[in-house]
Formats: sequence, C-alpha cells, structure tokens
Amino acid sequence: MKKFMNKYEGFFFILPWVLGFILFTFIPLISALYLGFTDSNSITTPKFIGFKNYINLFHDNEFISSLVVTVKYAIFAIPLGILSSMTLATLLNSKIKGVYLFRTILYLPAVASGVSISLLWRWILDKNLGLLNLILSKVGIDGPGWLSEPNWVLPSYVLIALWGAGGGMLTYLAGLQDVPRSLYESAEIDGAGWFKKFIKITVPMLSPVIFYNVIMGLVGSFRKFSDAYIIGGAGNQGRFYMIYLYENAFNYFKMGYATAMAWILFLIILALSLLTFKSSSLWVFYNSSDKGKGKKQGLLHRKQKKDGNTQ
Amino acid sequence: MMNKHLQLSRSRTILFRNIFLYVFLTIASITCILPLLWMISTSLKSGNIIFDIPPKWLPDGFHFENYVKAVVDISYFRYFLNTAIITGFRIFAEVFVSSLVAFGFAKFSFPGKNIWFFILLSTIMLPGEVMLIPIFQMFSTLGWVNTFLPLIVPAFFGGQAVFIFLLRQFFMSQPEELMEAATIDGATKLGIFYKIYLPISKPALITVGIFSFQGSWNDLMGPLIYLNDSEKFTLQLGLAMFNGVTKVQWGPLMAASILTLVPVLIVFFFAQKYFTEGISFSAIKG
Repeated sequence: MKKFMNKYEGFFFILPWVLGFILFTFIPLISALYLGFTDSNSITTPKFIGFKNYINLFHDNEFISSLVVTVKYAIFAIPLGILSSMTLATLLNSKIKGVYLFRTILYLPAVASGVSISLLWRWILDKNLGLLNLILSKVGIDGPGWLSEPNWVLPSYVLIALWGAGGGMLTYLAGLQDVPRSLYESAEIDGAGWFKKFIKITVPMLSPVIFYNVIMGLVGSFRKFSDAYIIGGAGNQGRFYMIYLYENAFNYFKMGYATAMAWILFLIILALSLLTFKSSSLWVFYNSSDKGKGKKQGLLHRKQKKDGNTQ
Repeated sequence: MMNKHLQLSRSRTILFRNIFLYVFLTIASITCILPLLWMISTSLKSGNIIFDIPPKWLPDGFHFENYVKAVVDISYFRYFLNTAIITGFRIFAEVFVSSLVAFGFAKFSFPGKNIWFFILLSTIMLPGEVMLIPIFQMFSTLGWVNTFLPLIVPAFFGGQAVFIFLLRQFFMSQPEELMEAATIDGATKLGIFYKIYLPISKPALITVGIFSFQGSWNDLMGPLIYLNDSEKFTLQLGLAMFNGVTKVQWGPLMAASILTLVPVLIVFFFAQKYFTEGISFSAIKG
C-alpha cells in the first residue's frame, strides 16, 4: 500500500484537474459529438438526424453571413494589428526619455476591457453625438454612421481592434529584447537604412512572435463575442460567428444546431492553426542560440537593481 | 575637420529621428487616451448637453449626479458584490488548484504522467465553445442555473490549462535540491508544496491571479447564460442589460462603466510587472 502511495503520489496532485478534465471536457465533448447529430431544441425529445444540422448550416444564409463577417474581420484586423503593434514596439525599443511612460499609455487600451469599453465605443461611433465624427468634422470630413450604415460596420470593428494594438505591442517588445544589438550595429556599418534593418533583421527575428499573434488573432476572431454582443451593427454586419451560435443556442434553443456550429468552429480553428503551423517553416525563424538571458529590461518599468545602488 | 563634420551630421540625424519619435508617440498616446477622456467627460455632463449637436468636448460643470444615478439605477453595489463573490472564489480556486496540479506535473514521476500532460496541452488548443452547450445542459439538469455555482465550481477542478502550464514551467525552473533537502528532513510532499514552493512562487502565482481576475471580472458570456434574476447579475451583465434599453442615458451609463473599469485599472497599476511578465512568457515560450 505504501509503495503504491509513493508511486502514485504525484497523481493525487493532478487529480483535481483529471476529474475536471473528465467532467468538464471529456464527457461534454462526447455528448457534444452526439448533440450535433440531433434536433435537440429543449421542447421535444431529441431525435438523431445524422448530418442534417451540418447540411442545413450550409444552406443557412445567416450562418454564411456570420462566417463571412468573421473572416472579413480577421483578414483586415490581423495584418493591420500586427503591423501597428510591431511599429509601436520598434519605436518604443529605443532608449529615449519617457519611453516607459509611452509604453504604459499605449498598453492602457489592452488593459481597459470588458463591457465598459464596448459601450464606450458604441458611444464614440455614434453618427451625430460621437467623438469620432466630432474629430472628423474638425478636419472637414462629414463622418459616416459607423454602426448604422452596413458598409461602415466592419471598419468600425477593425478600428476598435487597432486601438488595442498596445496589447500585441508588448509581445513584440519582449521579443525585441532577445535580438542582439550587434546585428543592428553591423547592419549600420554596412550602411543599411531603418527600412532595410526593419525588413532584414526585425521582422525575421520577431517571426515567432508574429506567428503567435497570427494564431491568437485567428482564434480571437472566431471566438469574438462580448464586444459584438454590445456593439452590434447595422445589416447584421456585426453578427460574428459566436453571436449567431449564441442566438441559436440561447434565444431559439436550437441546441443541436448550435452544437453543430461549435464543431465547425473547432474544425476551422484547427485547420487554420495547422495551416499557419505548417507554413511556419517557410517564414518563422527560430534563433537557436540562447543569449542575452538575465539582462532583460522591464517592459513597462525599469527593473530595480538588486544591489541597492538605486536608493 | 572631416570627422567633425561627420559627427555633426550624425547628431543632427539623431535629433531629427528623436523629434519624429516624440511626435509620433505623442499622437499615438493621445489616440489611446482620448476615448477614455471622452468617457470621463460624458460621465460628468448634464442630461441636456449630451444630446447637443455638435457634441461638446467638455462637460458643463461636474454633474456627479450621474454617478449617483449609476449606483442607484444600475444597482451598482449589488452587482459589485455579486461580481466580487464570483471573482474571489475563482481567483482562489484557480491559483491554488492549478499550482497544486502544476506541482504534480513538475516534481513527480508516476505512470501515465506524460499521457496526462499531453492531454493537458491539447486542451489548451481546444476552444471551450465546443463544450459550452453540453455543460450548460449538465448544470441545468443539476438545477444550478440562476446560481453562481456554474461560474465558480469548474475553477476548483484545475482552472485553466494555460495556468497549469505556466506554473509547471515555473516549478521546473526551481533547483531539484530544494525538494531533496526537504524530503530528507522528513517533510511530506504536500507540506513541501505548501511551506516551500508556494512562498517562493509568489511572482508566478500573482501573475496567474491577475489573469484569473481579469478573465472573471470581464466575463460576459458566463453570467449571460447562467444568471436570469437581475438580483444575481454581475457588473458586466448589468451594464450589458442597460445597453438594451431603447433610450440610452449615456451620462449615467458612462459613469457606471467607469466604476466597473476602475478596479481593473487599479489592479493593473499595482501589478504592472506581473502583467507584463505573464504576457512576455506566453508569447515567447508559448
């Protein structure tokens, strides 16, 4: 008995998670697999209907529309987000005065989140009373109804995503600290300008972080819920994938149908991740040497020296 | 002579570069802050000037009655309390249980460990949405809908796989001698975990705690699905419900939004370091 206890002691530590995995992942996963093949609607007893949910989905215009909205958002928001986060990180990687203040301010939108901020954006994007059109009117532009005209809904969401670019910025800043300065110095000696340095050194060295952000961006687009729930948008242009899934499940109680949507969501995320992963050998560059460890700076604040000289 | 000229032009380029940097960063910073200032400005405006066209930049005095209205109409304190209860339990459970599990993965070897760890890693990539409806049906069969239990109980079963992974990496980086020395002294494994490893892991635990706090505080979908009774609403859900009314009162609503946002900002300012370390960890090692 004692021997058994010793052998399995570690297992008792992971036991809560094992139970959680069985209760909240494994069993639900199996029942979701079945549920997707039923017409479960919480009124009649669920009947097995085979692939009918999946077939119906692809004839459902609202489903297609939610998919298109989500994909369009991802196509614009991810590359633009990466570009702006990376630009900010590169600029903030210099040793100018006040750099920590700038970093904190630019990171602020990533911290300020939740329904409060979604409500704020609904208010800012108001056609007549909003801040954005007020600013545009100062430079002589008659701003559109951002959320009330279908064509402007997608740009609105991309704009909101770009406001939060500071969150991504931090991941690139962390990555930049691993780039040896000597690379830039030798490039400067060779007469390379800032653009060349950015394309030839910064981008390749940061490619693992870009890779991470592409995956997170893809997953984030398909899981986008709470801000779209609050902000909405004319002509169903703010009805993202998860919104339509939620509506089916909890407004129309079409549980089987919504579960089929969840499985398609899973397959899409899996396929896109694998695709990004497979293609990564072509464009992601992993630096194998492990340098610069231990002399990392803080990201938003100066790290205090441990020898007490700072006092 | 030649050299001096070169130096001069070089310092001039640096000067121009710095001016460009400051101008650009200042514009970017203003863009980041302006929406938040607009939020504050709206929250202080009287009901009349909010609907002025064109809108006014600054409020007409300080109309703190919006805040009073927010607290009364949106039952701020009730929602705050509900949110605090849920968030409190979740942080405690997620930090404690995920560190326990992480310790098991980091410091023991037992049959099947690698398989379990592989399963743990695969669940990180599994979107929770797939399990959403079966879990809802399960809680609904248990009669837990319209209680806090569906929002709290899962946290006691390991919390989030990412937290376990993050803490495991942290425990792995601690010297092996620590464990050996304590074992020779006759301490139990649970005692070693509690008395030695938890205290030295404070930074990692705080990082996990902050992410747990942020996730729980900002959660909309969970409360939206499980809580029906307005007495039981969380802050996020309460705000979301106010969004639905036909004539939105932006002054009180922005005031309530600020009051909801402030706890998150306070935590951020006090724990910046842990925030950023967690982020760079997940991006570089993840």
